[in-house]
Amino acid sequence: MAGLMSRASLVVKSKLSKVLDRAEDPGETLDYSYEKQLELLQNVKRGIADVVTAKKRLELQEAKLQQSIVKLETQARQALGEGREDLARQALERKSGLQQQLQALDGQSDQLQAQQEKLIASEKTLSAKVEAFRSQKETIKAQYSAAEAQVRIGEAATGIGEQMADTGLAIQRAKDKTEQMQARASAIDELTESGALEDFTSDQTELDRELGATASKSQVDDELAQLKSEVGSGEQQKELQP
Amino acid sequence: MIVRVLGEGQFEVDEEVAKGLNDLDEQAGRALEAGDQEQFSELLGRMAEAVRTNGSRLPDEDLSPSEGIIPPDDLTLDEARQLFEGDGLIPDLPT
Repeated sequence: MAGLMSRASLVVKSKLSKVLDRAEDPGETLDYSYEKQLELLQNVKRGIADVVTAKKRLELQEAKLQQSIVKLETQARQALGEGREDLARQALERKSGLQQQLQALDGQSDQLQAQQEKLIASEKTLSAKVEAFRSQKETIKAQYSAAEAQVRIGEAATGIGEQMADTGLAIQRAKDKTEQMQARASAIDELTESGALEDFTSDQTELDRELGATASKSQVDDELAQLKSEVGSGEQQKELQP
Repeated sequence: MIVRVLGEGQFEVDEEVAKGLNDLDEQAGRALEAGDQEQFSELLGRMAEAVRTNGSRLPDEDLSPSEGIIPPDDLTLDEARQLFEGDGLIPDLPT
């Protein structure tokens, strides 16, 4: 069976031939091709913007998870301080669940970063080739006979078309990765919203309420103890004064 | 000969490097058939690396077509199948 290099070349060439077959007049082919190149440049810019947006959403979600993890850690300590090992355990269990989610998101974030970098590099290369194509197209139009022009156009159009296919692939892969990531982020949102995972990130969880209750109970106890000691020492002082 | 590493750019490599590439290329084709992701990724990585280290990168504004096109080294088997089915991974150029 054929190696990958020739097969990939065939795929790219078949994409190209569809475009090259369209126009017959050399000048028209050139202008038409140039228009399409500009369109693709717009697409790659949009692709970069989409990846950036997805990455921001991911970073927000990560920050939220991070905050919840810190909060649960604090709550676990607090619960243990109150002698509520059951609550501390519950908090740590939730923390561990969130850490797993966070790790999964972390890998995604690196992948998106890689896609973004590839798209930016691809845009730079395409942009330089489009500019080169534009100036070649003017030269070809001005200096060559129709027959000669046809050959030169074929070369230039193949070269730029190959880059267009390459950039198209980069956009497609970035899009796939972004969609996968958004699906994951939505799944986490949905799980937390539907309560299946419990809403770790809302301000008041059941755990918060229970911890709040023990905290206020212990505060009341503390204040009561302090009052008692004050009142107690007051009585002692009274007793000392004849 | 000019080769393109998809997602990276075009490089000029000499005959000897090209021969080495063909060798790796055949092995990569077999790894794809066998569905061996690890082997496949390793071979794609070696192909891209051989081109990066031994080739000289063509300037961005060069419009020469490539004689060989190497898939990206982080391509998955699924993506490879889509790529070679033709209408999958590389979208049609705007027409």
